[in-house]
Amino acid sequence: MAILDLANPVRFLSLSARILPWIAGAAVATLAVGFFLAFRAPPDYQQGETVRIMYIHVPFAWLGLFGYSMMAASSIGILVWRHPLADVAHKAAAPVGATFTALCLVTGALWGRPMWGTYWVWDARLTSMLVLLLLYLGLMALRAAIDDPNRAGRAAAVLTLVGFINVPIVKFSVDWWNTLHQPASVFRMGGSTIESSLLWPLLVCAIGFTLLFVALHMLGMRTEILRRRVQALEARAAAEAMA
Amino acid sequence: MSHFVFIAASYGVATLGLGLLAGWLLADYGRQRRALAELEARGIGQRSRRGTGDAP
Repeated sequence: MAILDLANPVRFLSLSARILPWIAGAAVATLAVGFFLAFRAPPDYQQGETVRIMYIHVPFAWLGLFGYSMMAASSIGILVWRHPLADVAHKAAAPVGATFTALCLVTGALWGRPMWGTYWVWDARLTSMLVLLLLYLGLMALRAAIDDPNRAGRAAAVLTLVGFINVPIVKFSVDWWNTLHQPASVFRMGGSTIESSLLWPLLVCAIGFTLLFVALHMLGMRTEILRRRVQALEARAAAEAMA
Repeated sequence: MSHFVFIAASYGVATLGLGLLAGWLLADYGRQRRALAELEARGIGQRSRRGTGDAP
């Protein structure tokens, strides 16, 4: 059976109904362990206790980028195969990704004030992350502005792929430009520069937030499939009433 | 201002943001389920399911 045959809305509803509670439960359990480890970890030798913000800020940043990358992959599914589940996945990911990106910016500002002396600077990392949030919001606005869902999906897919250029800019901004934001310290050539007593809690929190992202996205996809079914049935009922 | 305030504010904002997102998604899911149940109660959903082979 082709993989595209497996990815149809009816199969997705059936499969997600079974696994969604488990993913949500695993997210809560993993985050509970992650926060326990995060608040038991020693303070950073330079940043002191404010390093606790890292355990939420960094996963929010990763998942903001992950969400957009997933939308870019879905965009290919929309434009090349016109796959309905790709369109559903794309639409449902936008509010989840936007929330994680917004939380990354807010927690970053709250970490920046005690460490840098300012909530915000227009450096390349912070600005490109703000552009990512604006892309998410623009994509949601674009879908809302076009009545025909098929046209809206295709337009949003094209804009997503154009905007994907921002993802490597966010990632490499700290290498390409002189920024106040620190360079990469986890995923970098030569290994992580974070001490393992701080790194492990961060990775557990990142897994927990990833599970939460997947659960919220799956819930959003289920809702979108139901919404489209309701709209189709309402259109059919209206057509039958006129006949 | 104490560093504790910044840590507490970060975790508070994160909890509020994720709570609002989850609440909004759950409310929207409930709305769509109720709308679908209402249509099916009018007999529209059943006709559609027979048509698409989506009957249990």
